[in-house]
Amino acid sequence: MSETGIGQRVKRKEDHRFITGKGRYTDDINLPGQTYGYFLRSPHAHATIKSIDTSAAKKMPGVAGIFTGEDIANDKLGGLICGWMIHSKDGSPMKAGPHPVLAQGKVRYVGDHVAFVVAATKEQAKAAAAAVDVSYAVLPHNVDAAMAMTAKAQVHDVAPDNRVFNWSLGDQAATDAAFKAAAHVTKIDLVNNRLIPNAMEPRAAIGSYDSGSDHFTLYTTSQNPHVARLVISAFHGLAPEHKLRVIAPDVGGGFGSKIFIYAEEVACVWASKKIGGRPIKWTAERSESFLADAHGRDHVTHAELATDATGKITGLRVNTKAAMGGYLSTFASCVPTYLYGTLMSGQYAIPNIYVEVDAVYTNTAPVDAYRGAGRPEATYVVERIVETAARELKMDPGEFRRKNFIKSFPHQTPVIMCYDAGDYAAALDKALQIADYKGFPGRKAESAKRGKLRGVGFSAYIEACGIAPSAAVGSLGAGVGLWESAEVRVNPVGTVEVLTGSHSHGQGHETTFAQLVSDRLGIDIDNVAIVHGDTDKVQFGMGTYGSRSGAVGMTAISKALDKIEAKAKRVAAAVMEASTNDVEFKNGTFTVKGTDKKMAFGEVALAAYVAHKFNSAEIEPGLKESAFHDPSNFVFPAGVHICEVEIDADTGVTEVASYTAVDDFGNIINPMIVEGQVHGGIVQGIGQALTEGCVYDKESGQLLTGSYMDYCMPRADNVPSFKLGFICTPCPSNPLGMKGCGEAGAIASPAAVMNAVTDALGVRDVPMPATPQVVWQVMQPMKKAAE
Amino acid sequence: MENFAYHRPASVADAVAAMKKAKDGKFMSGGMTLLPTVKQGLAAPSDVIDLTGLKNSGISVSGSSVTVKAGTTHVDVATDKGIRQVVPALSALALSIGDPAVRNRGTIGGSISNNDPAADYPAACLGLGATIHTSDRKLAAGEFFTGMFTTALKPAEVVTAVEFPVPAKAGYAKFPNPASRYAMVGVFVAKLKDGSVRVAVTGAGPAVFRVPAMEAALARDFSAKALAGVTVDAKTLNTDMHASATYRAHLIGVMAKRAVEVAK
Amino acid sequence: MPAISMKVNGQVVTGEVEARTLLVDFLRSNLGLTGTHVGCDTSQCGACVVHVDGRAVKSCTALAIACDGASVTTIEGLARNGTLHPMQEAFREHHGLQCGFCTPGMIMSAIDTVNRRGKTLDEATIRHELEGNICRCTGYQNIVAAVQAGAAKM
Repeated sequence: MSETGIGQRVKRKEDHRFITGKGRYTDDINLPGQTYGYFLRSPHAHATIKSIDTSAAKKMPGVAGIFTGEDIANDKLGGLICGWMIHSKDGSPMKAGPHPVLAQGKVRYVGDHVAFVVAATKEQAKAAAAAVDVSYAVLPHNVDAAMAMTAKAQVHDVAPDNRVFNWSLGDQAATDAAFKAAAHVTKIDLVNNRLIPNAMEPRAAIGSYDSGSDHFTLYTTSQNPHVARLVISAFHGLAPEHKLRVIAPDVGGGFGSKIFIYAEEVACVWASKKIGGRPIKWTAERSESFLADAHGRDHVTHAELATDATGKITGLRVNTKAAMGGYLSTFASCVPTYLYGTLMSGQYAIPNIYVEVDAVYTNTAPVDAYRGAGRPEATYVVERIVETAARELKMDPGEFRRKNFIKSFPHQTPVIMCYDAGDYAAALDKALQIADYKGFPGRKAESAKRGKLRGVGFSAYIEACGIAPSAAVGSLGAGVGLWESAEVRVNPVGTVEVLTGSHSHGQGHETTFAQLVSDRLGIDIDNVAIVHGDTDKVQFGMGTYGSRSGAVGMTAISKALDKIEAKAKRVAAAVMEASTNDVEFKNGTFTVKGTDKKMAFGEVALAAYVAHKFNSAEIEPGLKESAFHDPSNFVFPAGVHICEVEIDADTGVTEVASYTAVDDFGNIINPMIVEGQVHGGIVQGIGQALTEGCVYDKESGQLLTGSYMDYCMPRADNVPSFKLGFICTPCPSNPLGMKGCGEAGAIASPAAVMNAVTDALGVRDVPMPATPQVVWQVMQPMKKAAE
Repeated sequence: MENFAYHRPASVADAVAAMKKAKDGKFMSGGMTLLPTVKQGLAAPSDVIDLTGLKNSGISVSGSSVTVKAGTTHVDVATDKGIRQVVPALSALALSIGDPAVRNRGTIGGSISNNDPAADYPAACLGLGATIHTSDRKLAAGEFFTGMFTTALKPAEVVTAVEFPVPAKAGYAKFPNPASRYAMVGVFVAKLKDGSVRVAVTGAGPAVFRVPAMEAALARDFSAKALAGVTVDAKTLNTDMHASATYRAHLIGVMAKRAVEVAK
Repeated sequence: MPAISMKVNGQVVTGEVEARTLLVDFLRSNLGLTGTHVGCDTSQCGACVVHVDGRAVKSCTALAIACDGASVTTIEGLARNGTLHPMQEAFREHHGLQCGFCTPGMIMSAIDTVNRRGKTLDEATIRHELEGNICRCTGYQNIVAAVQAGAAKM
């Protein structure tokens, strides 16, 4: 195995530019003649727009154009789409209200897009926006998922009760029967708090139009530039795909929030033509990111778990209300359905499961996929109720889980998924050992001596990622296929360019993908370049989300490399005057069986391009291959996380005292990068559990957590260092045996933390985020009882 | 952010003159509060008068007092060896303000002139009974801090220094707002050399305030247990999403005890 | 517009700015030094940290005009003759970055920490010193490791 091959802790190739300040993010790019766009946003949660007067604003200095919903309508620019059709259990399609790029007649949340002002400078655009006169008639609003179906506010005409769909999964009758026969039923009510993604790079876009070639270019902070091009082309109808280039250069984090096609980038590229082709740059201020990036989570759930007399789980019933916000964002509808209900079996053999979800409109920013997307919500339900059941049954939470683990594979759950491989008990054992679970009582006693309450919590999560088999998701309503593509270009000197449809915004693809190539072709990793993020360079691709770039994206590269190897063998055979069947390729060298003939990979590459030594009627010159990979199944990373917290009873402050994560990601390309993904995911989950919560004021509909002054991002001193461990059951559905690692930490950790918090306090539930005030409030009745 | 005229006077007299001429001027020292406020459009001064040109920074420690010139940054207060010897609570307080980059630029004069209800320095000033020196006069801390974001400063009056008496012992305990890290409750306790005790609370109310009941209890017995049962009325305290008035009232009790425990 | 002059990464630069122009905008727009980033509008994320006269400063909360005559170091000015600063090297060595957006500010803050607190830094000190720098990717663990190692080599 080479030092840069699969499984090695290779230092990242992309780091040099980032640590020297030479990264190139969208806002770092400036085009000649560039103007600046600014969005005038709704100050109201819900209102009709009576009139918009732009006449004074248009006369302001530097203004190049001011656009409203009327201009959008006049140009017949298509609305923003939701690309996953969900049907209610009565068979009716989801009720998707109109989602124009700029509001038409009505605004549906604070921050909704009312007008787009373009001027020579950002300050001029802002000043002109302040001079746009909008007259609103305020309507009743509702920001609460639980209240949506009975609220006075009616967000969209198509959904009189604000219900987008009433979806179900599983066998209700069989599940009800299981509950009737149960020896014990555990019930729990949970709120999965709304989160704001907060990638550190705010979203940005530069749209430009070249009238000479009738061609548009969009630089944008996207996790999937080809999908953006497809949507802007096919649904907004702005330009056919060959006349629209979308470039997503360095992107500063996404976590899902940069998957979606938003009003802002569409407006930039559309309006550029309206102002005569001058480029328009828009960069979100952080306060805009809070208002108008798609948020995550926001579920209200009641769940029940049935167990028999031996402690075996016999049934699970879940009822969830999921907020969608004021509009359906790009993939909003699949998050609380097929990315949620399908994971309700967790790691357990549960014979009967029934899930029902009401997705509802609220007067808030749209909700869509955020790191984990549906799977953290599912894990939170399953792992909180399993832990609660163990406590009620007076069983050790680890042993209760072990008793109910799925032990043989493949395992078909009652909720669609077929788990292909895993060893849940092995992960549990390793986690118990790393966490020194046996030593917990001693640590609890020691904490008590210092006046602190210590608790321990488990989370045995599973997720389905490597998104996703196209036919499977198509049958469930997806509007797109979720394959990935790769093109491997071998240059005549033997260096390699890989064009991938995956997009790296922190994941380190330039390194891990190059490791695969280096490993397969036996060439120096520095001779491999990974090209991504530009629709003019890369063939079509589906982008990066759902922990798919390894399992799907790298498999596509692997398939293309298979073809490269096969072609190169034919070239080598011709040059070495041997039969192709006798040519072997190992460690970068082609040899002929039974002879001492050999050629280095670079020599074969050169021969392929020089094309003197073979009959080009039989072998085409050149060495370039492409592949599309459509996975045959999801992949199923799983693991056991154990968290210990310490609570200061005087103040309610919760500290994560220790955190152990044991994960099964199958085969790992670069452990250093995988560990980094786990660290980051865990902290996002700890953030959800302890610090982060998006709050809209019920009375006014205003976003109260609109900046870092009030939205509590985890900082370095909020978290400890983590203890990680890995087990490996290779994934059988892809040749590299990889699962996905990007979301696991965020999926597992909220339940682990909250199980620990409730254990420390000896209560059934503490709402997330368990801020000091929340914990203190929970403790008040306990203190009174003690007195 | 609206534009403004910028001045950087080299003397207090010039600074005062520039302010008098300005239509709606603001003094700026480190700018740690003013600039974010202007960026958010919450203030739009016609003139910004930058006081860093006064080069009015420095710390002098005598046996009975510590004088910090108005332009002294938080980091310089936090790391000053003299202060650490005679009022370590003041070093600790300065070290708890904002973050390192804020401490590198923010100044004591700017902090107290702004009198943010969640700022730390007002607690030290009131808790130690400091004297505020201005371009015109000397004011006791108790007279200086008049309300939320308001002080006794006249429109064209500049703080030039803060003079703290050296106490017998003092302590500061801060419970930060989890998001902003400003004080949600900060309690400064001091036992002065004349035997009197002062307890000043920041972050919890509209402006820094003293707690006479705690002062009386600690005057009898300067120990955490002396504060048992001494409560603060929640009625006058702030409520926001991070802390209700009741929770703040509770935290004042906890932080007061902790401040006494760390006092030296 | 007022003219200002300062030394940036050892070079004397001049420019005309509005009074309201922030240092970060002067660096990014006037000088094209886009390594310094803007991640928030409330002076909290730290992506914009640079050194002014040897001290870490949030360049989104400093007027360019107030830095007239100052000496400014940005992330672009750390490497000398192609040799990375030990702190830069440590971030790469310890995988202290993922998307890279917070990284310049992190590195500048880390160096400031070493300047003030010395080369031997424990984990708790580093975590406390980084409270003005937010990272969403790394979970901080590898940043802490990088700062500790980078400090030791400075």
